[in-house]
Amino acid sequence: MSDVTIIGAGIHRFGRTPGRTGLQQGAFAVRDALASAGLEWKDVQFAYGGSDAAGNADTMVSELGLTGLQFINVANGCATGGSAMFGAYVTIKSGEYDLGLAVGFDKHPPGAFDPKPADWGLPDWYGETGLMLTTQFFAMKIQRYMALHGISTGTLAAVAEKAFANGALADHAWRRQPLSAQEVLSSPMVSDPLTKYMFCSPAEGAVALIFASERKARELGLPAVKLRAAAVRTRPPGSFEVFSPALDVERGPSPTTLAARAAFEMAGVGPEDIDIAQLQDTESGAEIMHMAENGFCADGDQEQWIAEGRTRREGALPVNTDGGCLACGEPIGASGLRQVYENYQQLTGRAGRRQIEGAPRLGYSHVYGAPGVSAVAILER
Amino acid sequence: MTPLIDDRLLRFDDEGQPVLQGARDRVSGRLVFPPAAEDERYTLEALPRRGTLWSWTVQRFRPKSPPYAGPDAFAPYAVGYVDLDNAIIVEARLTGVAFTDLKIGVPLKLTTLALERADGGTVVTYAFAPAEQGE
Repeated sequence: MSDVTIIGAGIHRFGRTPGRTGLQQGAFAVRDALASAGLEWKDVQFAYGGSDAAGNADTMVSELGLTGLQFINVANGCATGGSAMFGAYVTIKSGEYDLGLAVGFDKHPPGAFDPKPADWGLPDWYGETGLMLTTQFFAMKIQRYMALHGISTGTLAAVAEKAFANGALADHAWRRQPLSAQEVLSSPMVSDPLTKYMFCSPAEGAVALIFASERKARELGLPAVKLRAAAVRTRPPGSFEVFSPALDVERGPSPTTLAARAAFEMAGVGPEDIDIAQLQDTESGAEIMHMAENGFCADGDQEQWIAEGRTRREGALPVNTDGGCLACGEPIGASGLRQVYENYQQLTGRAGRRQIEGAPRLGYSHVYGAPGVSAVAILER
Repeated sequence: MTPLIDDRLLRFDDEGQPVLQGARDRVSGRLVFPPAAEDERYTLEALPRRGTLWSWTVQRFRPKSPPYAGPDAFAPYAVGYVDLDNAIIVEARLTGVAFTDLKIGVPLKLTTLALERADGGTVVTYAFAPAEQGE
């Protein structure tokens, strides 16, 4: 069994890039990652890659070089990037190979997603009668959470304000304009209680990460960040998920709770040890709920945490230090890997203007998506 | 008569009252909604007609078509999860209620809602409306 490290990371900026396909953005991120480690494409022994809506990852070999490497395409919805990383993680851990990469990319048209009921095992009437919207799910999940745990609308706005402040400092972010909490609150209501600027938007972008065994990283003389844990989990009974025509009365934990527990156990650390966290923020409320689901605080504590600025850049646990999905947008295949990219940049001191002070050592990332899947990774410098 | 969205899911009793149906898994005892396809494993079961609002939102923009079948003209509508007497929590359109009166815990009762379709037809779906005290 080999220890797994990340030795390089690359990104194609998020947002909209007319004239460049999702696949081309993916290849761009791979070249950027290789350059960051001083490696060449021919050094790569294997790759896992995927997109949700922008094509087959393995066709990028025509652009990168026909080296004959093992390239496995991953299609796992919102967890595509997380699953690609898990593939790379176990491949190196098992000793099968000692240097490979994970790449995720996407290119979505503007506007909300338009899912087909049959793809989700649902009858047509569910979509036809106007119930099949991810935005409704997120709104109803936070609506109930706010009522049960005393979270205010002002706290939702504060999360978005922080995201845009952080995004303004990140070169790869899409929305680089700071917005005040008041501007967030007074933007048009999309799905009560969530306004336009509390939601992220489908977007474009790509991320690639290079993984190596600890031995290989030493051989190459490259600084390495350890991947201490990578866990992907699906929903348990009683969880509240997108596209659910009904819920069981007996409520249960979420896929995030399961993935977080597994990752902390794998890494042998607890939530209190984490220095920075990238948490799925499809909308402001998701970041708030995910703080508790991942174990960083108790339900309801977020109101005080956020009032005290504990998740801001200078706080005790900076959350979504590059502005998260709110500022970067959500290209599904790339989004989970962007979080790991951000942790890698922060832990190696390469985050530029958005660098968190105090030399963070442990970085936590969490991606969540339909139909109830979460992926968590813990990095250690 | 206006067609129902699904005649296994929604029917009318002898008094003309709507009945919303789920299905009970014979093995696990779990109640599911919408009713699963006809299968020996499941028995259709009428769901309680009354419940309380479990969570809610207002759909403020016109959903994309497909899958949405409504006309281009759009008016915001309320959506919620309704806890049906602790049997199951069902997602539904809410009707006959001002958005400002939506609140978790308010009593609701089953009703129907006729929805126009972009293709000119109309379809009847299930919905929930406020229940008066003692009703």
